[in-house]
Amino acid sequence: MAAAILGRKVGMTRYYTEEGVNVPVTIVEAGPCFVSQIKTPEADGYAAIQVAFEDVKPRRTTQPVIGHDAKAGISAKRFHKEFRIPADEVGSYELGQKISVEQFEAVKYVDVVGTSKGKGFAGTMKRHNYKGQLATHGVERKHRSPGSIGGHANNAGGPGGPKKGKKMSGQMGNVQVTVRSLDIVAVDKDKNLLLVKGPVPGANNGMLIIREAGRLYKSKANKLAG
Amino acid sequence: MSQQLIESVEAAQLKTDLPTVNVGDTVDVHCRIIEGDKERVQVFTGVVIATKGRGIAKTITVRRIVANEGVERVFPVHSPRVAQIEVKRQGHVRRAKLHYLRQRVGKARRLRDKRRGLQTETPSN
Repeated sequence: MAAAILGRKVGMTRYYTEEGVNVPVTIVEAGPCFVSQIKTPEADGYAAIQVAFEDVKPRRTTQPVIGHDAKAGISAKRFHKEFRIPADEVGSYELGQKISVEQFEAVKYVDVVGTSKGKGFAGTMKRHNYKGQLATHGVERKHRSPGSIGGHANNAGGPGGPKKGKKMSGQMGNVQVTVRSLDIVAVDKDKNLLLVKGPVPGANNGMLIIREAGRLYKSKANKLAG
Repeated sequence: MSQQLIESVEAAQLKTDLPTVNVGDTVDVHCRIIEGDKERVQVFTGVVIATKGRGIAKTITVRRIVANEGVERVFPVHSPRVAQIEVKRQGHVRRAKLHYLRQRVGKARRLRDKRRGLQTETPSN
Protein backbone atom coordinates (compact mmCIF):
# COMPACT_ATOMS: atom_id res chain seq x y z
CA MET A 1 0.00 0.00 0.00
CA ALA A 2 1.10 3.52 -0.61
CA ALA A 3 1.89 5.16 2.69
CA ALA A 4 -1.21 6.40 4.52
CA ILE A 5 -1.89 7.45 8.07
CA LEU A 6 -4.39 9.36 10.21
CA GLY A 7 -3.43 12.41 12.22
CA ARG A 8 -4.46 15.61 13.86
CA LYS A 9 -3.60 19.10 12.69
CA VAL A 10 -1.51 20.77 15.37
CA GLY A 11 -0.94 24.18 13.83
CA MET A 12 1.32 26.16 11.56
CA THR A 13 4.78 27.59 11.99
CA ARG A 14 7.81 28.32 9.86
CA TYR A 15 10.78 26.15 9.06
CA TYR A 16 14.18 27.33 7.83
CA THR A 17 16.09 25.14 5.42
CA GLU A 18 19.86 25.04 5.63
CA GLU A 19 20.08 27.68 2.90
CA GLY A 20 17.88 29.91 4.99
CA VAL A 21 14.73 29.59 2.92
CA ASN A 22 11.69 30.19 5.08
CA VAL A 23 9.13 27.42 4.48
CA PRO A 24 5.61 27.73 5.92
CA VAL A 25 4.73 24.37 7.43
CA THR A 26 1.76 22.70 9.06
CA ILE A 27 2.58 20.35 11.91
CA VAL A 28 0.54 17.15 11.87
CA GLU A 29 0.60 14.75 14.78
CA ALA A 30 0.15 11.52 12.87
CA GLY A 31 -0.28 8.10 14.36
CA PRO A 32 0.69 5.77 15.74
CA CYS A 33 -2.14 3.96 14.01
CA PHE A 34 -3.04 0.29 14.16
CA VAL A 35 -4.59 -2.09 11.67
CA SER A 36 -7.98 -2.86 13.15
CA GLN A 37 -9.48 -4.91 10.34
CA ILE A 38 -8.33 -6.50 7.12
CA LYS A 39 -10.84 -6.85 4.32
CA THR A 40 -10.14 -9.56 1.80
CA PRO A 41 -11.61 -10.15 -1.65
CA GLU A 42 -12.87 -13.57 -0.48
CA ALA A 43 -14.76 -12.35 2.56
CA ASP A 44 -15.65 -8.77 1.65
CA GLY A 45 -15.38 -8.56 -2.12
CA TYR A 46 -12.49 -6.12 -2.05
CA ALA A 47 -9.11 -5.67 -0.40
CA ALA A 48 -8.57 -2.98 2.20
CA ILE A 49 -7.15 -2.36 5.62
CA GLN A 50 -8.97 -0.48 8.31
CA VAL A 51 -6.71 1.82 10.30
CA ALA A 52 -7.54 3.00 13.82
CA PHE A 53 -6.14 6.13 15.44
CA GLU A 54 -6.08 7.75 18.88
CA ASP A 55 -7.01 6.05 22.13
CA VAL A 56 -10.42 6.80 23.52
CA LYS A 57 -11.67 6.13 27.04
CA PRO A 58 -13.90 3.05 27.00
CA ARG A 59 -16.76 4.94 28.64
CA ARG A 60 -16.61 7.55 25.88
CA THR A 61 -17.22 5.00 23.14
CA THR A 62 -19.59 2.13 22.50
CA GLN A 63 -19.45 -1.59 23.13
CA PRO A 64 -19.40 -2.44 19.40
CA VAL A 65 -16.28 -0.28 18.91
CA ILE A 66 -14.56 -1.73 21.97
CA GLY A 67 -15.33 -5.25 20.75
CA HIS A 68 -14.27 -4.49 17.21
CA ASP A 69 -10.89 -3.13 18.31
CA ALA A 70 -10.41 -5.90 20.88
CA LYS A 71 -10.67 -8.41 18.04
CA ALA A 72 -7.55 -6.82 16.56
CA GLY A 73 -5.88 -6.89 19.96
CA ILE A 74 -5.81 -3.13 20.44
CA SER A 75 -7.48 -0.74 22.87
CA ALA A 76 -10.56 1.18 21.74
CA LYS A 77 -9.76 3.90 19.23
CA ARG A 78 -11.60 7.07 18.25
CA PHE A 79 -11.15 7.09 14.48
CA HIS A 80 -11.35 4.22 11.99
CA LYS A 81 -10.68 4.69 8.29
CA GLU A 82 -10.34 2.25 5.45
CA PHE A 83 -7.63 2.31 2.81
CA ARG A 84 -7.92 0.18 -0.30
CA ILE A 85 -4.91 -2.00 -1.06
CA PRO A 86 -4.00 -4.21 -4.01
CA ALA A 87 -5.46 -7.70 -3.56
CA ASP A 88 -2.05 -9.36 -3.53
CA GLU A 89 -0.87 -7.26 -0.58
CA VAL A 90 -3.51 -8.55 1.83
CA GLY A 91 -1.12 -11.12 3.26
CA SER A 92 1.47 -8.50 4.20
CA TYR A 93 -0.73 -7.00 6.92
CA GLU A 94 -1.72 -8.46 10.23
CA LEU A 95 -4.26 -7.33 12.78
CA GLY A 96 -2.90 -4.92 15.36
CA GLN A 97 0.06 -4.00 13.19
CA LYS A 98 1.45 -0.57 14.02
CA ILE A 99 1.55 2.13 11.34
CA SER A 100 3.75 5.09 12.15
CA VAL A 101 5.18 8.16 10.41
CA GLU A 102 8.34 6.21 9.58
CA GLN A 103 6.80 5.08 6.33
CA PHE A 104 6.81 8.70 5.15
CA GLU A 105 10.55 9.13 5.45
CA ALA A 106 11.07 8.09 1.86
CA VAL A 107 7.99 9.95 0.60
CA LYS A 108 8.31 13.37 -1.03
CA TYR A 109 4.75 14.45 -1.69
CA VAL A 110 1.49 13.75 0.13
CA ASP A 111 -2.21 14.38 -0.29
CA VAL A 112 -3.98 15.64 2.83
CA VAL A 113 -7.72 15.12 3.35
CA GLY A 114 -9.57 17.08 5.97
CA THR A 115 -12.84 18.80 6.79
CA SER A 116 -12.76 22.50 5.98
CA LYS A 117 -13.79 25.13 8.50
CA GLY A 118 -17.55 25.70 8.37
CA LYS A 119 -18.62 29.18 7.30
CA GLY A 120 -22.34 28.64 7.76
CA PHE A 121 -24.92 29.91 5.29
CA ALA A 122 -22.83 32.25 3.15
CA GLY A 123 -23.86 34.70 0.46
CA THR A 124 -22.64 34.58 -3.10
CA MET A 125 -19.89 37.15 -2.56
CA LYS A 126 -18.21 35.10 0.11
CA ARG A 127 -19.05 31.70 -1.33
CA HIS A 128 -18.46 32.17 -5.05
CA ASN A 129 -16.50 35.43 -5.20
CA TYR A 130 -19.34 37.30 -6.90
CA LYS A 131 -18.69 41.02 -7.13
CA GLY A 132 -22.03 42.20 -5.76
CA GLN A 133 -23.51 45.52 -6.81
CA LEU A 134 -22.26 49.07 -6.63
CA ALA A 135 -21.96 50.89 -3.34
CA THR A 136 -23.60 54.04 -4.68
CA HIS A 137 -25.20 55.29 -7.93
CA GLY A 138 -28.68 54.63 -6.65
CA VAL A 139 -28.18 51.04 -5.47
CA GLU A 140 -30.36 50.50 -2.44
CA ARG A 141 -30.23 47.48 -0.09
CA LYS A 142 -28.79 45.29 -2.87
CA HIS A 143 -25.07 45.80 -2.42
CA ARG A 144 -24.22 42.13 -1.86
CA SER A 145 -26.95 40.51 -3.95
CA PRO A 146 -26.08 38.15 -6.81
CA GLY A 147 -28.06 39.96 -9.53
CA SER A 148 -30.06 38.12 -12.14
CA ILE A 149 -30.08 34.34 -11.96
CA GLY A 150 -31.53 33.87 -15.43
CA GLY A 151 -35.07 33.19 -16.51
CA HIS A 152 -37.18 31.21 -18.91
CA ALA A 153 -36.00 32.82 -22.09
CA ASN A 154 -32.26 33.37 -22.02
CA ASN A 155 -29.27 31.08 -22.11
CA ALA A 156 -28.39 31.74 -18.48
CA GLY A 157 -31.62 29.96 -17.69
CA GLY A 158 -33.92 28.06 -19.96
CA PRO A 159 -37.37 26.64 -20.09
CA GLY A 160 -38.35 25.82 -16.57
CA GLY A 161 -36.34 28.50 -14.82
CA PRO A 162 -32.68 29.01 -13.85
CA LYS A 163 -30.13 26.40 -14.87
CA LYS A 164 -29.32 23.48 -12.63
CA GLY A 165 -26.20 24.10 -10.59
CA LYS A 166 -26.56 27.88 -10.70
CA LYS A 167 -24.20 29.26 -8.02
CA MET A 168 -26.23 30.74 -5.20
CA SER A 169 -25.90 31.31 -1.49
CA GLY A 170 -25.87 28.35 0.87
CA GLN A 171 -23.77 26.31 3.26
CA MET A 172 -20.08 27.02 2.84
CA GLY A 173 -17.27 24.96 4.31
CA ASN A 174 -17.56 21.98 6.64
CA VAL A 175 -17.05 19.66 3.67
CA GLN A 176 -14.30 17.20 2.93
CA VAL A 177 -11.42 18.86 1.11
CA THR A 178 -8.31 17.26 -0.36
CA VAL A 179 -5.16 19.24 -0.98
CA ARG A 180 -2.84 17.45 -3.35
CA SER A 181 0.91 17.13 -3.72
CA LEU A 182 2.13 18.89 -0.60
CA ASP A 183 5.84 18.65 0.14
CA ILE A 184 6.96 16.72 3.19
CA VAL A 185 9.47 18.98 4.90
CA ALA A 186 10.44 16.82 7.85
CA VAL A 187 9.45 13.66 9.71
CA ASP A 188 9.90 13.33 13.46
CA LYS A 189 9.76 9.67 14.45
CA ASP A 190 10.05 10.23 18.17
CA LYS A 191 7.20 12.70 18.46
CA ASN A 192 5.13 11.19 15.62
CA LEU A 193 5.11 14.46 13.72
CA LEU A 194 4.90 15.23 10.04
CA LEU A 195 5.84 18.68 8.77
CA VAL A 196 3.92 19.42 5.59
CA LYS A 197 4.54 22.48 3.46
CA GLY A 198 1.68 24.95 3.34
CA PRO A 199 -1.80 24.98 4.86
CA VAL A 200 -4.12 21.99 5.18
CA PRO A 201 -7.93 21.99 5.48
CA GLY A 202 -9.75 22.48 8.74
CA ALA A 203 -9.19 23.95 12.16
CA ASN A 204 -6.36 23.04 14.50
CA ASN A 205 -7.01 19.72 16.21
CA GLY A 206 -9.06 18.52 13.22
CA MET A 207 -8.63 14.97 11.98
CA LEU A 208 -6.67 14.49 8.76
CA ILE A 209 -5.92 11.65 6.41
CA ILE A 210 -2.39 11.85 5.03
CA ARG A 211 -1.46 9.60 2.17
CA GLU A 212 1.24 9.39 -0.43
CA ALA A 213 0.37 11.63 -3.37
CA GLY A 214 -1.61 9.63 -5.87
CA ARG A 215 -1.23 11.86 -8.90
CA LEU A 216 1.28 14.67 -8.87
CA TYR A 217 0.99 18.04 -10.49
CA LYS A 218 3.10 18.10 -13.62
CA SER A 219 5.80 20.42 -12.29
CA LYS A 220 6.29 18.29 -9.19
CA ALA A 221 6.32 15.06 -11.18
CA ASN A 222 9.05 16.53 -13.35
CA LYS A 223 11.04 17.54 -10.29
CA LEU A 224 10.75 14.02 -8.88
CA ALA A 225 11.88 12.56 -12.18
CA GLY A 226 14.91 14.82 -11.99
CA MET B 1 -0.84 20.92 24.40
CA SER B 2 -0.70 21.68 20.71
CA GLN B 3 1.07 24.99 21.37
CA GLN B 4 3.72 23.08 23.32
CA LEU B 5 4.15 20.73 20.39
CA ILE B 6 4.64 23.64 18.01
CA GLU B 7 7.17 25.20 20.36
CA SER B 8 9.06 21.93 20.65
CA VAL B 9 9.40 21.84 16.87
CA GLU B 10 10.51 25.47 16.76
CA ALA B 11 12.95 25.02 19.64
CA ALA B 12 15.33 23.04 17.44
CA GLN B 13 15.60 26.00 15.09
CA LEU B 14 15.89 28.84 17.58
CA LYS B 15 19.26 30.51 17.96
CA THR B 16 20.60 30.60 21.48
CA ASP B 17 23.48 33.01 20.94
CA LEU B 18 21.44 36.08 20.06
CA PRO B 19 22.08 39.27 22.02
CA THR B 20 19.18 41.19 23.53
CA VAL B 21 18.18 43.66 20.86
CA ASN B 22 15.96 46.56 21.89
CA VAL B 23 14.23 49.18 19.82
CA GLY B 24 16.55 52.17 19.45
CA ASP B 25 19.72 50.11 19.42
CA THR B 26 22.30 50.56 16.69
CA VAL B 27 23.16 47.11 15.40
CA ASP B 28 25.43 45.41 12.91
CA VAL B 29 23.56 42.62 11.16
CA HIS B 30 25.85 40.17 9.43
CA CYS B 31 23.85 38.55 6.65
CA ARG B 32 24.98 35.61 4.61
CA ILE B 33 24.58 36.23 0.92
CA ILE B 34 24.65 33.22 -1.36
CA GLU B 35 25.58 33.91 -4.96
CA GLY B 36 25.61 30.72 -6.96
CA ASP B 37 27.94 28.46 -5.02
CA LYS B 38 29.82 31.32 -3.35
CA GLU B 39 28.89 32.68 0.01
CA ARG B 40 29.91 35.95 1.64
CA VAL B 41 28.87 38.00 4.63
CA GLN B 42 27.56 41.53 4.30
CA VAL B 43 27.12 43.84 7.25
CA PHE B 44 24.06 46.07 7.47
CA THR B 45 24.43 48.75 10.15
CA GLY B 46 21.50 50.79 11.34
CA VAL B 47 19.00 51.63 14.04
CA VAL B 48 16.39 49.10 15.12
CA ILE B 49 13.11 50.93 14.66
CA ALA B 50 10.72 48.04 15.32
CA THR B 51 10.56 44.47 16.55
CA LYS B 52 7.74 42.18 15.60
CA GLY B 53 6.66 38.64 16.35
CA ARG B 54 8.11 36.26 18.85
CA GLY B 55 9.81 32.94 18.95
CA ILE B 56 10.90 31.76 15.56
CA ALA B 57 8.86 34.46 13.83
CA LYS B 58 10.67 37.34 15.53
CA THR B 59 11.87 40.05 13.17
CA ILE B 60 13.67 43.35 13.60
CA THR B 61 13.39 46.31 11.27
CA VAL B 62 16.72 48.09 10.80
CA ARG B 63 16.89 51.54 9.24
CA ARG B 64 19.95 53.27 7.87
CA ILE B 65 20.74 56.04 5.41
CA VAL B 66 22.41 54.99 2.16
CA ALA B 67 23.33 57.69 -0.35
CA ASN B 68 20.95 60.15 1.30
CA GLU B 69 18.10 57.70 1.01
CA GLY B 70 16.50 55.86 3.92
CA VAL B 71 16.75 52.08 3.65
CA GLU B 72 14.87 49.71 5.91
CA ARG B 73 15.43 45.98 6.03
CA VAL B 74 13.42 43.46 7.99
CA PHE B 75 15.48 40.58 9.35
CA PRO B 76 13.99 37.37 10.72
CA VAL B 77 16.52 37.05 13.53
CA HIS B 78 16.39 33.26 13.69
CA SER B 79 16.98 32.79 9.99
CA PRO B 80 20.21 31.02 9.04
CA ARG B 81 20.79 33.87 6.60
CA VAL B 82 21.43 36.17 9.55
CA ALA B 83 24.88 35.05 10.64
CA GLN B 84 25.32 37.38 13.59
CA ILE B 85 23.82 40.43 15.26
CA GLU B 86 26.02 42.85 17.20
CA VAL B 87 24.61 45.61 19.38
CA LYS B 88 26.84 48.64 18.91
CA ARG B 89 24.98 51.33 20.85
CA GLN B 90 21.86 51.41 22.93
CA GLY B 91 19.61 54.37 22.28
CA HIS B 92 17.28 56.05 24.73
CA VAL B 93 13.76 55.79 23.35
CA ARG B 94 10.26 56.07 24.77
CA ARG B 95 8.38 54.31 21.96
CA ALA B 96 8.04 50.68 20.90
CA LYS B 97 8.08 51.66 17.22
CA LEU B 98 10.32 54.44 15.97
CA HIS B 99 8.46 55.18 12.76
CA TYR B 100 8.79 58.88 13.55
CA LEU B 101 12.46 58.62 12.59
CA ARG B 102 11.33 58.38 8.97
CA GLN B 103 10.24 61.99 9.07
CA ARG B 104 13.46 63.18 10.71
CA VAL B 105 16.21 64.68 8.59
CA GLY B 106 19.86 65.25 9.40
CA LYS B 107 21.01 65.54 12.99
CA ALA B 108 17.49 65.12 14.34
CA ARG B 109 17.75 61.49 13.34
CA ARG B 110 20.19 60.73 16.15
CA LEU B 111 19.05 59.04 19.35
CA ARG B 112 20.35 59.81 22.80
CA ASP B 113 22.39 56.98 24.29
CA LYS B 114 20.74 54.97 26.97
CA ARG B 115 21.96 55.91 30.43
CA ARG B 116 20.13 53.46 32.62
CA GLY B 117 20.38 49.70 32.38
CA LEU B 118 23.82 49.79 30.84
CA GLN B 119 26.18 46.98 31.63
CA THR B 120 28.81 48.05 34.14
CA GLU B 121 31.80 47.11 32.01
CA THR B 122 30.73 49.30 29.11
CA PRO B 123 32.07 52.80 29.62
CA SER B 124 29.30 55.43 29.67
CA ASN B 125 29.80 58.25 27.27
